[in-house]
Amino acid sequence: MKILVCISKSPDTTSKIAFTDGNTKFDENGVQYIVNPYDEWYALVRALELKEANGGTVTTITVGTAADDSVIRKALAIGADDAVRIDAEPTDAYFTAMQIAEHAKAGGYDLVLAGKETINYNGSQVGGMIAEAMDLPFISLASKMDVNGSTVTLETEILGGVQILEADMPLVISCAKGMAEQRIPNMRGIMAARTKPLNVVAPAAIEALTSYESYTLPEAKSACKMIDPENMDELVALLHNEAKVI
Amino acid sequence: MATLVYINSRNGLAKNSLEAVTYAKKLGSDVMVVTAGNADEAMLATLGEYGASKVMVDRSVATDDSQQLTRLITTAAEAVGADTIIFSHDFVAKAVAPRLSVRLKAGLISGAIDLPSGDSVKVNVFSGKAFGNVKISAGKKIISLLPNSIQPEGGGSACSVEDFNGNVGDSRIKLLETKKPEGEIPLPEAELVVSAGRGLKGPENWGMVEDLATVLGAATACSRPVADIGWRPHHEHVGQTGVAIRPNLYIAAGISGAIQHLAGVNGSKVIVVINTDGEAPFFKAADYGILGDAFEVLPRLTEAVKKFKASN
Ligand SMILES: Cc1cc2nc3c(=O)[nH]c(=O)nc-3n(C[C@H](O)[C@H](O)[C@H](O)COP(=O)(O)OP(=O)(O)OC[C@H]3O[C@@H](n4cnc5c(N)ncnc54)[C@H](O)[C@@H]3O)c2cc1C
Repeated sequence: MKILVCISKSPDTTSKIAFTDGNTKFDENGVQYIVNPYDEWYALVRALELKEANGGTVTTITVGTAADDSVIRKALAIGADDAVRIDAEPTDAYFTAMQIAEHAKAGGYDLVLAGKETINYNGSQVGGMIAEAMDLPFISLASKMDVNGSTVTLETEILGGVQILEADMPLVISCAKGMAEQRIPNMRGIMAARTKPLNVVAPAAIEALTSYESYTLPEAKSACKMIDPENMDELVALLHNEAKVI
Repeated sequence: MATLVYINSRNGLAKNSLEAVTYAKKLGSDVMVVTAGNADEAMLATLGEYGASKVMVDRSVATDDSQQLTRLITTAAEAVGADTIIFSHDFVAKAVAPRLSVRLKAGLISGAIDLPSGDSVKVNVFSGKAFGNVKISAGKKIISLLPNSIQPEGGGSACSVEDFNGNVGDSRIKLLETKKPEGEIPLPEAELVVSAGRGLKGPENWGMVEDLATVLGAATACSRPVADIGWRPHHEHVGQTGVAIRPNLYIAAGISGAIQHLAGVNGSKVIVVINTDGEAPFFKAADYGILGDAFEVLPRLTEAVKKFKASN
């Protein structure tokens, strides 16, 4: 079985979010990049578990510049066999997805896995776009995945519940919480990652469809009003009369 | 040019569908709605009150499959000459809108929280720690609107409902089973949410969280460690690596307010924090704070809400 896992970087979850150039650019000063948690904890680790159970290969793919190589090496340290980096700035989800689809079409993969979203742009777009570009079924927000022969059984989140679905490979899947447990790379994995293949390929000619014009930060909250813990009638009155939410 | 709205009408008309139609109306063009399934015609006609001039319904399928829905919406968009397509940013839209973007080569803005201003639209980025203004350079646009970002505005009159063939084709995905716990209010669209964290000490203490949620008509949520240790189901986990929500009221009991937790909830209109530690970071993000023991405060608050409901 050949599995392709889309890996994106994202700022560490404790990063202070700030912008420069008249609020048009994310301020990378002092920001640590990590593998996007949905890509790492769920998509990549589940792919490795499936490979361990059924044999096959796990390849990661990233659209990014050489600055992303350390994040890619982390994915290799966790256990991916090899990595592809499409050498371009990922300007929007469409650009990113079409680059990945171009590569994936030629690669003969059985499964293409993405995280359900990145924690910086939160678009939930790349997986579905790849599926359409490859004319494949897409199962989004999968929280469980098992493979039996050529059939994949999945559990996915829906509003207020879950669905159990079944489809034949090849498939594109976006992975959410529940699919696997986070793996911490060990020393052997980190050493091995240094020599695993990281293939850098030139991007296809694709134009982005969207752009971020500017950013703003939320307004600071005014001071919190403290309420006497004995007096919940007062809180209810405030929620009704002042905040008007009940 | 027309604006096309896709709605799911299988479980009646949800509030987020009415929000999407209202949003489309405010964009200024003629509003058409497309849906699939066997919804009642009179019910669909009421979408006219929110600004739709026509509802097109494909009664041949009731599906959430993203390939089938992409074909349905593409057929409808071509039939009415739509240059803008609106979704409510729910589970189905997250799968269908990206596909449609590729199919129509339309720029996609997902998770919009406001109407366009100039040629850009405001969205949450960095899991709610900031906002971005996104511009679409393509001629066609898709906007997926975050639930509870605008209020539905009725007042118009009923519209026509037409049967329509969306050429949806076959699905390559087989639905084996749907599990929906009865009587729970789904978290992503809830207007009121009661949430609790590790301060509650164990799953056996969640009765008081559920009691308060029940009297308020609220959904329940939790912090990440609580879901990780299995005290509560994963779908209740809110935050940067869980669900991002923006209810009108978020009540947090025994949650410290770590930056990753706040990321998923700071779009809430009003935040109430109950914590025994006056230094808990959550108080800085709260509108109302109660320095006290959740084990005493939650039941007291439940009684106070009951009393309020009885007299109003
Ligand atoms: C990459 C990454 C992603 C993460 N994503 C998320 C996420 O999406 N969502 C999330 O929630 N967390 C997330 N976290 C974890 C986050 O950093 C915190 O560890 C977590 O939110 C803490 O949960 P908590 O507030 O329930 O528990 P604690 O931090 O243990 O806080 C318990 C609180 O309860 C209070 N308390 C104790 N007893 C009582 C009582 N009787 N009455 C009232 N108050 C009481 C305490 O004073 C304390 O403030 C993430 C962490 C990382 C590293």
